[in-house]
Amino acid sequence: MRVNRGIATGFVAGGVVLAATLSGCSGGSGDDTSSEPPATLTVWVDANRVEEMEDIAAEFEADKGIEVELVQKEYGDVMREDFIQQVPTGEGPDIMVGGNDWLGQLAQNGVVAPLELGDAAANFPEVAIRAMSYEGVTYGLPVSLENIALVRNTALADSTPATWDELVAKGQAVVASGAAQYPVLIPSDPVDSDPYHLYPLQTSYGAPLFGTNEDGSYNPEDLLIGSEGGNEFAAKLIEWGADGVINTNITGDIARDEFAAGKSPYMLSGPWNLPVFQEAGIDYAIEAIPQAGPEAPTPFVGVQGFFVSAQSKNALAANEFVVNYIGSEDAQLALYEAGGRPPALLSAFEVAAATNPDVSAYGEVGLTGVPMPAIPEMGAVWDNWGSTQSALVNNTAGDPTEAWQAMAARIQAAIDG
Amino acid sequence: MHSTIERAADPDSANDRPAAAPPPRGQAPFGSASLRVVLIKVIALGILDALVVYAALVLALNDDWLLSIAVIAAAVAVNWVYLRRDALPAKYLIPGTIFLVVFQMYAIVYSGYIAFTNYGDGHIGTKEDAIEVLIDKSLVRVPESPAYAMVVLERAGQLAFLVTGPDGEAAVGSDDRPLEPAPSARFDGGKAVGLEGYATLDFADMIASQELIASMSVPLTADPNDGALRTPDGSQAFVYSATMQYDPETDAFVDVATGTRYVDTGDGAFVAPDGRELMPGWKIDVGFENFARAFTEESIREPLFAVVVWTLVFAGFTVGATFAAGVFLAVVLDDWRLRFRRTFRVLVILPYAFPVFLSAIIWSGMLNPQFGFINQVLLGGAQIPWLTDPVLAKISILTVSLWLGYPYMFLVATGALQSIPSELIEAAKVDGAGPWAIFRRIKLPLLMVSMAPLLIASFAFNFNNFNLIYMLTRGGPQDISTDMNVGATDILITLVYKVAFGETGGRDFGLASAFSIIIFVLVAIISLVSFRQTKALEELN
Repeated sequence: MRVNRGIATGFVAGGVVLAATLSGCSGGSGDDTSSEPPATLTVWVDANRVEEMEDIAAEFEADKGIEVELVQKEYGDVMREDFIQQVPTGEGPDIMVGGNDWLGQLAQNGVVAPLELGDAAANFPEVAIRAMSYEGVTYGLPVSLENIALVRNTALADSTPATWDELVAKGQAVVASGAAQYPVLIPSDPVDSDPYHLYPLQTSYGAPLFGTNEDGSYNPEDLLIGSEGGNEFAAKLIEWGADGVINTNITGDIARDEFAAGKSPYMLSGPWNLPVFQEAGIDYAIEAIPQAGPEAPTPFVGVQGFFVSAQSKNALAANEFVVNYIGSEDAQLALYEAGGRPPALLSAFEVAAATNPDVSAYGEVGLTGVPMPAIPEMGAVWDNWGSTQSALVNNTAGDPTEAWQAMAARIQAAIDG
Repeated sequence: MHSTIERAADPDSANDRPAAAPPPRGQAPFGSASLRVVLIKVIALGILDALVVYAALVLALNDDWLLSIAVIAAAVAVNWVYLRRDALPAKYLIPGTIFLVVFQMYAIVYSGYIAFTNYGDGHIGTKEDAIEVLIDKSLVRVPESPAYAMVVLERAGQLAFLVTGPDGEAAVGSDDRPLEPAPSARFDGGKAVGLEGYATLDFADMIASQELIASMSVPLTADPNDGALRTPDGSQAFVYSATMQYDPETDAFVDVATGTRYVDTGDGAFVAPDGRELMPGWKIDVGFENFARAFTEESIREPLFAVVVWTLVFAGFTVGATFAAGVFLAVVLDDWRLRFRRTFRVLVILPYAFPVFLSAIIWSGMLNPQFGFINQVLLGGAQIPWLTDPVLAKISILTVSLWLGYPYMFLVATGALQSIPSELIEAAKVDGAGPWAIFRRIKLPLLMVSMAPLLIASFAFNFNNFNLIYMLTRGGPQDISTDMNVGATDILITLVYKVAFGETGGRDFGLASAFSIIIFVLVAIISLVSFRQTKALEELN
């Protein structure tokens, strides 16, 4: 009895396996005979833009007969790292949306192809084209710009003075009168400070991070952060820390919440905080950042755009889609409406600025800005930069000139590798 | 004839069961399987085998023979084990073993392989890919080049460009023929769209051969230095000139303007005599170089001793303190005389319910020197720099680690305590032992029997507790007077992360893998030694 049962089990099991396999195989072979479209473009987009991209893709499909497959991925490190890993295997997408500060790493790994914008390049602001270029070669089509500006609580301050010191004095007067708690709010961090928000003040003292080449791109070998202006800025950081102008305990979230609670007349902020201010009922005005030192302030501008993969088998179609479709005014306006970031195309920007004064104000400040640096060594730069600023603000760094020069030397060493 | 043997009245014969009835369904006696179990086994094995056959076919179609054979062999082994009558331990262990091999062993072996290469930023692909990209990058559009309207022509399988110059004149050329005027071209508006003897490709045809069109380079004149026409989208052409030439014979790139030669020196990139590298490079095997760097790399060698000591202190304290706290709470809440025991137990387990990520970020907010809950509310406005002072940051890390870890120990200890037979405790009480003596001599040793392996596992986990350190202090306050990018609360794994990822120009996976293997060996040694020591506890039981 037992032996028979075992054999019977074996037979039945074998039968089930065979049945399942045959059904699986027959299902698979049916797909080969279906006709495929001539080419398919695979595009990675973030959650903000995927719906608008579907409309643009539909238009492209109708015009050219090329299918566009949209893949939604999480914006940020995930998308960038996956792109770098997948493109060399030949399985990566044809097009990806990304930030301009990824470009150094993407170009270093050879995963993006140079993008020929042709005459369309003149329709974008120069800072956007520079941001989408690396070592003089353009790789991406810009779609949006973002930068910080000075946000003023119109109920607490009626105007913005022309220089930073006057602004601080005015803020302190408001605090003294009891109407506010902070003269100005600048997002920071206890350990790493926030070099991004402090950059306009730093460049105003004449200490930008890198020098620029003739074509406007950054020259990583020309480190200017250690110039004489930098030492002055370092000394000023200690002063501002003592006066309470910069407080490393005030992180980005805390700064936003305190400003939304009406506790300060001024704040350095990007457009991402505006919805919170509107919800809190703050009447705000967006203005250029006052000059702190001898030079004009140049905030960092972050540019997002579309890149084409270096191993794309559909280079022609991808170029056509990116330059002529995503670069069109309708597409740029549609993407702006989805994400709220000012569009890069100048004509689209004018349309957006006409209906939304916030966009217009941020865009004007952005035109004076410089692109976020994209060199691959930026990780080490931010670390050293931020921790030194934090120590200066808390007055634990000793002599400012020494500390700042030591930081510049370490940054130079990190870049030289 | 009468049978003289009479069966005695059996008092137990009230259970009048026929002698040879088969066992009822559902109550399988040892040795024969019931029908339902057999059915389940058959269906499960059937599905597994079907999936394996499908996978093996797909792998074989993709020429991945090794993996295909491995999958089939594993499936055969699984079937053989589950269709046998005995081999009970194997039946329990096989699923876990398979997952261990796939998710752990494979990751370790692959990391080991990567550790012997220079895989990282700038060395991701193959050499052929790198050469292609460099050639692509070196073709730079001549700044003054106007845009030439163009169409693609085809004759006898060969493609050519028909371009309309800025002066309105048409010209035709292909890869091996420089541009020559084509006065007989057909015009549509101001643009030349066709030529006698050629067929004009429309957009769909262009897409079909787009790779070829994208790589075509039509020389402007017979002199290659005048540049060539290339098209990015098939409707416009620009003049490109090459800033670098690739010489396949000498396997070198030559900079056209300066004459510098970039040669393949075996390091995975083209290098000029003065040391500058052309990016991208490619992935090569570097042997033990990564391991040597791990021990001799300057930015890690100096702080290494302090960081290892702090890692051991952190892991050791976490294990010890959470064990003590967990066991103490378990013993206290085990006492039947305590009221609301269940409520207390639920409250004690709460920290375990939150993910570590969430808890660590919230704690870092609570420890904010000026606005954090701890300073503002609990300490009445004190400005203690919990996260920015080196010593206080370490204390904060240890405290949060204790907060996060004790519920787990409490749960395990509660279970283990309940398995101690109460006769032992009563016997001890009868002998006149006080509560502390009972704990020390009876409860603790018996607890250790079941918890010792968990303590070792907890130590191994906390040795590499990257999440907590990174989320709470990101490695801790940095000493800016030194050159090192090391913080006061960096443990070994966060230091490795900083060194391998982002310190000098991008991520170095090869170096990171070498470090991971070294840490793995370290933790494995500590665990093995500890397991040996706990063998003595087995005799207790």
